[in-house]
Amino acid sequence: MKLKKGIPVIDQGDKLGFWGGKFGGNFVPETLKKPIEDLEIQFNKLKNDKNFIRERDKYFKNWIGTPTRFIKLNNLTKHVGGAQIWSKVVSDANGGAHKIYNATVHCLLAKRSGKKVIIGDTGAGYAGKMLSMAAKKFGLKCKIFMGAKDIKRQQPNVKAMKKNGADVIPVYSGSQTLVDAVSECMRFWVANCDTTAMCVGSTVGPAIFVRICGWSTSQISRELKVQLINQFGKVPKKIKLYNCVGGGSSSFGFWNEFMDYDKKQVEFIGVEAGGPAKSKRHAAPLTYGSKIGILHGAAQYVNQDSDGQIEETESISAGLDYPGISPLHCFLKDTKRARYTAASDEEALKAYQIVTKYENLRPSLEPSHAFSVAIKEAKKFSKNTIVIINSCGDAYKDRGILEKKLGKKYVKSN
Amino acid sequence: MLNPISLAFKKAKNEKRPALLTYTVAGDSSKKQSLEILKAISNYADILEVGVPHNTPVADGGQIQTSSYRAIKNGIKMNDIFKIVKDFKTSKNSKPIILMGYYNMIFQYGENNFLKKCKKSGVNGLIVVDLPWPENKIFSKKCKKNSINFIQLLSPTTSNERLKSITKDSHDMIYYISMLSTTGGKLKVSPNKILANYNKIKKINPNKNCVIGFGITEKTISKFKNTDGLVVGSQICKEITRSLNNRQNPVINVSKMVSKLRKKIS
Ligand SMILES: Cc1ncc(COP(=O)(O)O)c(C=O)c1O
Repeated sequence: MKLKKGIPVIDQGDKLGFWGGKFGGNFVPETLKKPIEDLEIQFNKLKNDKNFIRERDKYFKNWIGTPTRFIKLNNLTKHVGGAQIWSKVVSDANGGAHKIYNATVHCLLAKRSGKKVIIGDTGAGYAGKMLSMAAKKFGLKCKIFMGAKDIKRQQPNVKAMKKNGADVIPVYSGSQTLVDAVSECMRFWVANCDTTAMCVGSTVGPAIFVRICGWSTSQISRELKVQLINQFGKVPKKIKLYNCVGGGSSSFGFWNEFMDYDKKQVEFIGVEAGGPAKSKRHAAPLTYGSKIGILHGAAQYVNQDSDGQIEETESISAGLDYPGISPLHCFLKDTKRARYTAASDEEALKAYQIVTKYENLRPSLEPSHAFSVAIKEAKKFSKNTIVIINSCGDAYKDRGILEKKLGKKYVKSN
Repeated sequence: MLNPISLAFKKAKNEKRPALLTYTVAGDSSKKQSLEILKAISNYADILEVGVPHNTPVADGGQIQTSSYRAIKNGIKMNDIFKIVKDFKTSKNSKPIILMGYYNMIFQYGENNFLKKCKKSGVNGLIVVDLPWPENKIFSKKCKKNSINFIQLLSPTTSNERLKSITKDSHDMIYYISMLSTTGGKLKVSPNKILANYNKIKKINPNKNCVIGFGITEKTISKFKNTDGLVVGSQICKEITRSLNNRQNPVINVSKMVSKLRKKIS
């Protein structure tokens, strides 16, 4: 299995949508073949269309707010004592997380194809919140599927969705988390694909959704590359890019522009959710060697039993609480371009405490997983190593959990 | 010699009625009971679809999900399902069996192992909901080699070109999904429109046995008498749930329901 240079990774799949011959694909009911093909034709055309790119960039700039900041975390660097620690503050984006890029692109596509309704899944509530914002902006009706457990633990985002006029549909099946929300959303699409557009909230699902999402979030690394050159005069010799990985959309977007660099120069570190330290359950299929299986239309490493039933996951972070992982990351893992590891619930909380103690930055529980590993590893690196963490979400949505776990003082501002 | 599935269609045709196909979930509500249900309804149905429950189904509505979760919760495993089929096939009055499920269960078992086991236990056909054409080309050929019918699905969104290619690659039976819906949805398209699509498919190759499924219930079934076969699933699963809730015997109730369904198309 080989990663090709000079070709975007999203376009390295084969005719049937498999990366490396075995990840991804289109394991979908016959009914969805047509709408998926329509979307493929539309996207393949528009992604090279100058007018469309201009339109996308206009909304990215004026509405989402690009570029998001690239800042040095001086106090944290001093405290850790090792590499220089920087952060790309993607939570600056309108709505507070990277999910806005994919949501915006899907709404632009839906508009152009004349759809009136757009549906989407959400775990942490960010994908849903952003889709509700974009749908409102572009005059589309919006339905969001969300696990009942996640509705309880991510109330601020649920409120935001409702305020934007979206229907939030609770999903009570299975573990009542993201995996069930995605299933329910796909089922709704099966029954309504003639009138309704679907947005999958991460780089997961049938191949076209993986590609659209990866294409959209790549804005993050496009900005970062420019910012690095502005800051250092060139892309520095030793960079390490840390990113949490749930479905894999923010990490893929954070890395994409650097794909062709040697990994000795630009290393990618994906941090999955290890779950509670004491629990056997986790949401880290790459770290813990899960087998390849089919989930939500794509072949990927996924937590499952020997029969092929998908296993329940456990994580403090609703956004990472997913048993599978993007086919893109399976591909990056097996080609050894990226390295994957996990942080436990406790480690993520600890990292959140450290970051907020030293810096004026409040990463949500998802990026706190990445901070945890970055802080640990940065100690061992030399001063000229540039460690960059994608702070892809804001902790406002986690205030309930943080207050319960850490006490009131950790949620006082914002 | 005709295979058992084709034979079942032929028999129904001789009686001037569509074949009746039922769908129940293996292990719902227990291994033993699902076997009893199969035995009871085979008095009235021509072909029995046996659902392989999966916990992340992307095409099933509430009724079948409920049945599936119930079966999984009761510990049903792939090998139990093969055992149920085998026990059923060695009972008197058995009928052709089609396993219906999601590809991951086959993938984990290993395609070749799975087919070997199907043959051994007497499975006659397979419906794999999320393995569409052309992705299913290799697997469907393997099925054919093993004398197992791979049943292609067609839907209202299938283009004419696809209809032709899929029909060409199909075996003895094809399955037309009546409308855009998960299983268990109310019939939201007029029977005439469904029949028009059905006839379009039959014209491509009149020799293929084409069944219609999704939205077929006691209420709607008699509108489709002039077809090769009809599948009833969600209504039966719902009846199992209702019986359990009312502390009644699902075997008796389901058997009554299937007998009624059969009368409506006879
Ligand atoms: C802030 C944040 N980070 C990360 C994720 C994980 O998703 P992904 O891996 O697709 O970026 C989520 C998902 O909801 C999120 O809200």
